[in-house]
Amino acid sequence: MSKRLSALLLGGLLAVSACSGGGDDKSAADPNAKVTLSYGVWDANQKPVMEALATDFTKTHPNITIQVQLTPWADYWTKLKASVTGGAAPDVFWMNGPNFQLYASNKVIAPMPGEADLSVYPKPLTDLYTFEGKPYGLPKDMDTVGVWYNKALFDAKKVPYPKDDWTWADFQAATAKLTDAAKGIYGTAAQLGSFQEYQYDTIAQAGGYVISPDGKKSGYDDPKTIAGLTFWTDLIKNKQSPDLKTMTDTTPIQLFEAGKIAMYWGGSWNVSEFTANTYTKGKVDVAPLPRGEKQATIIHGVANVVSGKTEHPDQAWEFVKYLGSKDAAEILGQKGPIPAYNGTQTAWVKAHPELKLQTFLDSVSYAVPFPVSKNTAAWNEAELTYLTKAWTGAEPTDKAATELAQAMNSLLAKE
Amino acid sequence: MRRPGSVKEALWGYAFIAPTGLGIAIFYLWPVLQTAYFSLTEWGAFGGHTWTGIDNYRRLGSDPEVGRALVNTLSYTGLGLLSIPLAIGFAVLLNRKGMRFVGLYRTLFFLPVVTMPVAIAMVWRWLYNGDYGLINYLLSLIGIDGPNWVADPATALYALVVVGIWASVGYNLIIFLAGLQAIPKEYYEAAAIDGAGTWRQFFHVTLPLLSPTAFFVSVVSVIGSLQLFDLVYVMAGAGAGARANPAFPRLETVVQLFYDRAFVTNDRGYAAAIVMMLLLLIVVLTAIQFRFQKRWVHYA
Repeated sequence: MSKRLSALLLGGLLAVSACSGGGDDKSAADPNAKVTLSYGVWDANQKPVMEALATDFTKTHPNITIQVQLTPWADYWTKLKASVTGGAAPDVFWMNGPNFQLYASNKVIAPMPGEADLSVYPKPLTDLYTFEGKPYGLPKDMDTVGVWYNKALFDAKKVPYPKDDWTWADFQAATAKLTDAAKGIYGTAAQLGSFQEYQYDTIAQAGGYVISPDGKKSGYDDPKTIAGLTFWTDLIKNKQSPDLKTMTDTTPIQLFEAGKIAMYWGGSWNVSEFTANTYTKGKVDVAPLPRGEKQATIIHGVANVVSGKTEHPDQAWEFVKYLGSKDAAEILGQKGPIPAYNGTQTAWVKAHPELKLQTFLDSVSYAVPFPVSKNTAAWNEAELTYLTKAWTGAEPTDKAATELAQAMNSLLAKE
Repeated sequence: MRRPGSVKEALWGYAFIAPTGLGIAIFYLWPVLQTAYFSLTEWGAFGGHTWTGIDNYRRLGSDPEVGRALVNTLSYTGLGLLSIPLAIGFAVLLNRKGMRFVGLYRTLFFLPVVTMPVAIAMVWRWLYNGDYGLINYLLSLIGIDGPNWVADPATALYALVVVGIWASVGYNLIIFLAGLQAIPKEYYEAAAIDGAGTWRQFFHVTLPLLSPTAFFVSVVSVIGSLQLFDLVYVMAGAGAGARANPAFPRLETVVQLFYDRAFVTNDRGYAAAIVMMLLLLIVVLTAIQFRFQKRWVHYA
């Protein structure tokens, strides 16, 4: 039974031993020597765009060749950790918010050596990749969250489409009207698992917080944070969302694509999914998240970072700077996620004129950063362990949240 | 008495097993020793460790999740032993003379064994789906409203055991078939002359002579079940992962917990202590089986 696991570990081991070595030391001193940089990415859809960017970069830097290394998301962090431990990490690689501080605090990635103009990117993104006051890496792309809604289900119940300035009360009223128990249709699905699209957004909208700015204290016992969670558990209690068992068997996105839920809180990254799916194609549109105490959405984006152990730090930084440039952003925006560079996003919006994609860009002005600390993964696990009890109704939401806060605080104390 | 040249012969013997021995030493023994050492340390996420003595083992005792994972793993292992009588039954049926399509049946039983566990888990996940699954559809035809099999704490473990048995019965069956075919025909002829019917022959000839095979199968099954990971990993979790499943507390196994500690929460020293505990459990349960074999295993 554990054959696959041991094969995975063995594979990692071999990959580590096979990759070590290589690269000549002379080049570090000589800026004109020919070098090859490895560039680690996880998205197969974006690999062609990344290769196009690498080719474009080599045009202006003929001495530097870029080798794009694709590792699928499921194995990306496991393999990266193994190759870092074995001293063979890629020279440049993709980084995300939850993992960033772990890598920065262990000096696996290097802070930026020179000055760069960070004002061209949304501030929550550059903040996300700043550790102990030093910026590491430049944002590549970004994503925000919106409410994807099924126009057909709205029309059937004669519910007006969401307005840009709608509130929690409007959302709850719409959910109640759209729910049709006889047909097995729910107004929305209070998903547990993708906190970026659900819990973190309502927590921010309620005026609560997940983790204190210094990263030392959990916010889950704050009454406002609990209000952001109750928003969801009430929907399950009122049967306007499927229960957790149903959502475990069939994920909310599958329910949405089967016409069983009317409103799905999803990210800008869902565009390609919903425009390709035969059911949702032409049937859905997107609205901003409803306003609670305040208006908020979580913003997240991938950054390009340089390995702390690269033999070619100067060349690697040249490449990262290029990837963060306006030219690169324009290439990226034509066929990929929303580029992070301010003012280059029009190509992305224009790619699907049938959808109000501008919604995702407009929400950047009130976006809050993705909550992270040094060992984010540890308390992400605790969030699921404790909040599952609130989602099934086994415990009141405030009790589960308070227990989670205690567990999370003790995990933070160990960081 | 030592024959002249026997030393040389022994050296040749050792030379022949040396490659395998070396392989075992490098890929099995050395990692075990390393893990034992790591279980006494605390690890950073990227290597580098500090000695903490038996702290990790103390934590094992007070961690409710460890207890839970042990109970689940042992329940799964115990229930999984049902696959042995099933495999014996099917093996006897498939061993009958003059049965038609016997090759087809043997293939059908063996197919799950050569299928990737992840593929098995994904197909069964779909069969078990509460709203769209085939099982609940069939139940609905006779008026039963089926549960969310793998998301309901009441049914999740049993749903998993069924898949585990289904996936392993073919492997056990093939071994029992081999065991059956090694039983000399003369025993049955003698039993028939003495007036023993089919059932008496089965209980007094077949079963005792199959007991060494059954012993082997039970040792291997127990060790395999105790290491259960991939079925749970895939069947318990949807997009959000297994922990968002309300039945997770009934499904979590020791290896799953090890995986979470080692690769998710970056707590590798503790993860090493968890697998050392599993190693000890396997050794103890295997030793118990060897000890009790004298009571029921008959070597012809």
